[in-house]
Amino acid sequence: MIWVNTVVQGILLGGLYALFACGLSLMFGVMNVINLAHGDLAVSAAYIAIGVVAVTHVPAALSFLIVVPIFAVIGYVVQRTLFQAALNRSVLTTLLVTFGLSVVIENGLQQYLSANSHSIDIGSLVSDSFGIGSQITIAYLDLVVLMVAVVVLLGLQYFLSSTANGRLIRAVADDPEAAQLSGVSYRHVFGLAAAIAFGTVALAGLASGMMSQFGPTTGTDTLLLYAFEAVVIGGLGSLWGTLAGGILLGVAQQIGAQFSAADQVLAGQLLFLAILVLRPQGITSRREPA
Amino acid sequence: MSSVDQQPAASDAPLPPSAEPGEQVKVTRARRSTLWAGIAAIAVVAILGDLPYRVHSGTTSLLAQFFTLVVMASMWNLLAGYGGLVSVGQQAFIGLGAYFVLILAQHGVGPFLGILPAALLCGIVGLPVWWLVSRLRTGYFAITMWVIASVCELIISQISSLGGGTGTGLPGLPSNPTFLTAYTYWATLAVTVIVLAAVYYLLRSPVGLVLTAIRDDETGARSIGARVAWTQQLVFLVAAIGCGAAGALYIISQQFVEPLSAFSVQWSAEMIFITIIGGIGSIEGPILGTIVFFVLQQTLSNEGTWYFIILGLVAMVVAIWAPRGLWGLISDRFGIRLFPVGYWLRRPADGTLPAPKMPTDTQLTP
Repeated sequence: MIWVNTVVQGILLGGLYALFACGLSLMFGVMNVINLAHGDLAVSAAYIAIGVVAVTHVPAALSFLIVVPIFAVIGYVVQRTLFQAALNRSVLTTLLVTFGLSVVIENGLQQYLSANSHSIDIGSLVSDSFGIGSQITIAYLDLVVLMVAVVVLLGLQYFLSSTANGRLIRAVADDPEAAQLSGVSYRHVFGLAAAIAFGTVALAGLASGMMSQFGPTTGTDTLLLYAFEAVVIGGLGSLWGTLAGGILLGVAQQIGAQFSAADQVLAGQLLFLAILVLRPQGITSRREPA
Repeated sequence: MSSVDQQPAASDAPLPPSAEPGEQVKVTRARRSTLWAGIAAIAVVAILGDLPYRVHSGTTSLLAQFFTLVVMASMWNLLAGYGGLVSVGQQAFIGLGAYFVLILAQHGVGPFLGILPAALLCGIVGLPVWWLVSRLRTGYFAITMWVIASVCELIISQISSLGGGTGTGLPGLPSNPTFLTAYTYWATLAVTVIVLAAVYYLLRSPVGLVLTAIRDDETGARSIGARVAWTQQLVFLVAAIGCGAAGALYIISQQFVEPLSAFSVQWSAEMIFITIIGGIGSIEGPILGTIVFFVLQQTLSNEGTWYFIILGLVAMVVAIWAPRGLWGLISDRFGIRLFPVGYWLRRPADGTLPAPKMPTDTQLTP
């Protein structure tokens, strides 16, 4: 029964990882950029949420209504300026620039907000839970985050397959130059994709900040690698794969956690390396690896 | 004298019109400044080697830090600048190098004697790692190396004989602090000279030609039949060995090691910023970059992490708008090469050919 609980907790955790991963996956799929600042963006979203709550006194659980749009705008602007300038050079330059951005954000947070840990205070919501049987307890917050992840992925799926802007994004992802020849400004479309990616990473950052403590280095220490591992395990270019990857990663981590806290992280990473060796295209995708 | 410095712009440049058909054009790697640079290099190493007899030990340990950074940055430059392999996980080999020295010291091998075997062990570990990551490109390669570094950290922090997560001291070092500082300094200097010489000769060898081709255009290099995969494996292993040596020097200078800082991504950040700012894809770049890094770090040492924020911002600007870094700007302006890995055209009649103007925008992008 304890193993059933482990798997359930893993699935719940996987929702958070899938939420982290979908922005990373989208930016890589559309503009071939692996955003190494992804984890730091999530952490800064959580910091901004604390600031927003302190200033406006909105309920902390609703802070995403303010923070997510802010990050979407930031995403569009950063993509159109910094990331596009790097892309014009080469794909490798985007790696260097996003890595630089990551270090700047992390050290900036440390400089201004100290290395102390924080969390977004949502009162008793963080610990409320219900039980199934005697062994399994499910926290409402974890369940909500998993549902948010599913809704976001469903929404993205719908957006990409059935709306005009979604079709533009897919067209540009396939061939930016051909899209440009057909009268589509691929730079603008890149900006849209980045806006969505930044919005979802902000959402993930808030969810993570409500569920656990975070500090300036949380973004690079854990979040970025988890998001990347979820993307690779699930297979690139598939949103459902991302969900599956996040859940598998979460389950692997929870199983590892049964042994020790250090094994929690290690189990996820060994699963990632195993997938890389045995099935580099991920568990759902039939495509060639990147 | 015109330079054909194994760079696309220069090699595309046609012979100057004054070189008539049949006229003798001598291709040479040497030039007067090269000879002087060689003599100067030997003199500099001799003076540096003599320093522990002349200056305070604080100065030599600062210099040792400086040289270790030069070694790391040169290795990252070889990997990313020439091999086209941008890694943010080289701290895996730095940490392993440090821990191999520790393991050897625990079994009675003196730390200074342990540097070379520890570095070579990192090269051996590099083989299966390369097998794993060689199928990955660009961002996937970069971040998977990071995961591997993290796996190494997690595994080592669970081994209690190596100090676990809290770390342990390095046994077997000389107890006299003066000797310890001097030996550490000499070991660091020796490793630095060996690494720089190895990079220099690697780039002057036929492999260097392939590396330069990969640096300028990987697909193009493949299409003309250059052994890209084999060469990338070679630089990956060389970089693993070099970073392992740097890690060995790190544990000796600290006399202590713990997993969190030995495998910290901070190493990658330092290597990358130094190389980008100094000039990626040149041997001189990482050296110049380390000087910039050191000056900034020492000047702003009381201002927390500000020096690192500034470095990150400068590196981003340089990567986008001046991708050949400070050394690229200097060498374009003055035509200097301290480590000549390219070729010069010399017309014996009157000595010199007009130097072609090097377009900078078609140059290396990392």
